[in-house]
Amino acid sequence: MKTARVAYSGAIHTATPYDDSRLRLADGRIVLHDDVVWLPPFEAGTIVALGLNYAEHAKELSFGAQQEPLAFLKGPGALIGHRGHTRRPADATFMHYECELAVVIGRSAAGVRRDCAMDYVAGYTVANDYAIRDYLENWYRPNLRVKNRDTCTVLGPWFVDAADVPDPHALALRTLVNGVVTQQGNTRDMVFDIPALIEYLSGFMTLAPGDVILTGTPDGVVDVKPGDEVITEIDGIGSLRNTIVGDDVFGR
Amino acid sequence: MRLFIEDTLFHAAGAPLPLDLPHARACDALATGEPARPPMAGTVYGVLHNDPAALAAMGDRVLAPPYKAAPKAPVLYIKPRNTHLGHGRAIPLPPGAEAVQVGAALGAVIGRTACRVAPGDALDYVAGYTVVNDVTLPHREFYRPSLRLRVRDGFCPMGPWVRAARQVGNPDALDLRVWIDGALRLRSSTRGFLRPLPQLIADVTDFMTLQPGDVLLTGLPWPGDFDGPLAHDGQRVAIEIENVGRLENPVVRASVQGGSA
Repeated sequence: MKTARVAYSGAIHTATPYDDSRLRLADGRIVLHDDVVWLPPFEAGTIVALGLNYAEHAKELSFGAQQEPLAFLKGPGALIGHRGHTRRPADATFMHYECELAVVIGRSAAGVRRDCAMDYVAGYTVANDYAIRDYLENWYRPNLRVKNRDTCTVLGPWFVDAADVPDPHALALRTLVNGVVTQQGNTRDMVFDIPALIEYLSGFMTLAPGDVILTGTPDGVVDVKPGDEVITEIDGIGSLRNTIVGDDVFGR
Repeated sequence: MRLFIEDTLFHAAGAPLPLDLPHARACDALATGEPARPPMAGTVYGVLHNDPAALAAMGDRVLAPPYKAAPKAPVLYIKPRNTHLGHGRAIPLPPGAEAVQVGAALGAVIGRTACRVAPGDALDYVAGYTVVNDVTLPHREFYRPSLRLRVRDGFCPMGPWVRAARQVGNPDALDLRVWIDGALRLRSSTRGFLRPLPQLIADVTDFMTLQPGDVLLTGLPWPGDFDGPLAHDGQRVAIEIENVGRLENPVVRASVQGGSA
């Protein structure tokens, strides 16, 4: 089972796939993909993101071996849905996407051991967690100005039930910029896998339903410009489309 | 949506919702000794080193690796919902930790959606103020601090209430004191911050929107995020901010993650 959360005709709806171009709303209406506004597919609680959780990406950014996951937090204001627009500030010289498997927690998790950690996963979605490296400073990295900007964390299109993803550690993921593949990887290459992340985080912070873990991105990040169409996709989870827009759209 | 606070927004532990009470009635409710719930349920954002003394104390280390320069933008962090704790509730002292560090801060409670706010308008977006204890495990490295140090369960007591902005006055000129087991351990104020609250709100909302119910800490008065008062197992922490209130929490050794002993 996979669901989307969309705005249509003045309300927010849960929707399921109907055919290649249409959705079925929970109330029975059949609507075109083009006629809805796609929202993040669930209401997110605490958003935890992982830095450098793919060995090759860590190498790309010249980091050595890690003792513990490099986890950081994001606020809910950064989130937008499928087909949304992400702002690139005029003074940015290097803004890049990050295709990530997002793991959604389904029940309260405190002090969970790795061997039962997967029982706490409700499902998955695709994340595109943009960074603007021009704003990177060496205080509380990665600082919120780089990683917690309005419109800069895209989630969706679908929330996919955990039961429908037999092995979340064997999923190919990739990013396409204007149709050209620029990033490829596989979730098997995570430095800390999903059970390890749940065990680590729940060891000091209780995770609640709706909390989400963005599990990091493989290597292959490139600069994106206004007008670029960026698709981050994970096999079996979804294909998340997003467009970069400039400051002019925001009256800046 | 707009959050109005007339006087004192108080959420008693047994009440389904917070109530906006005349101050005397909120004081009566507090005097029963019952714990309260955190008065707000939004996201809590903190700012590191907003007291210039904190950077000054780091001396030449600011220019050396890994920092290499003083911060330009506000250095922000998040205290997520698992950290939120009401007045009177126990701060869990993690297994193996000697003490927790008390981070006394004024919390500005956002009253309406704040996006690209000019400094001159910024205080219009604040509904009220609360007292926040930004608890940490002591650390002096700020390059990439582990979440284990700052976002543990119960590490963000708030309260006992939210006082309406009009009753608090200038948020950048409030006395602040910390007691541990009744002994005065810190006497400071919200004066002299690098970014006074209007500038902080402007700089933050330039790139991230704040929503009603979110709380923005205005800064930890020195030596708050560097060498703040320590509280040990069984001790009682009290933080008082002029015109806002007095937040009290005991520290109690936690035996396992997910509950205190």
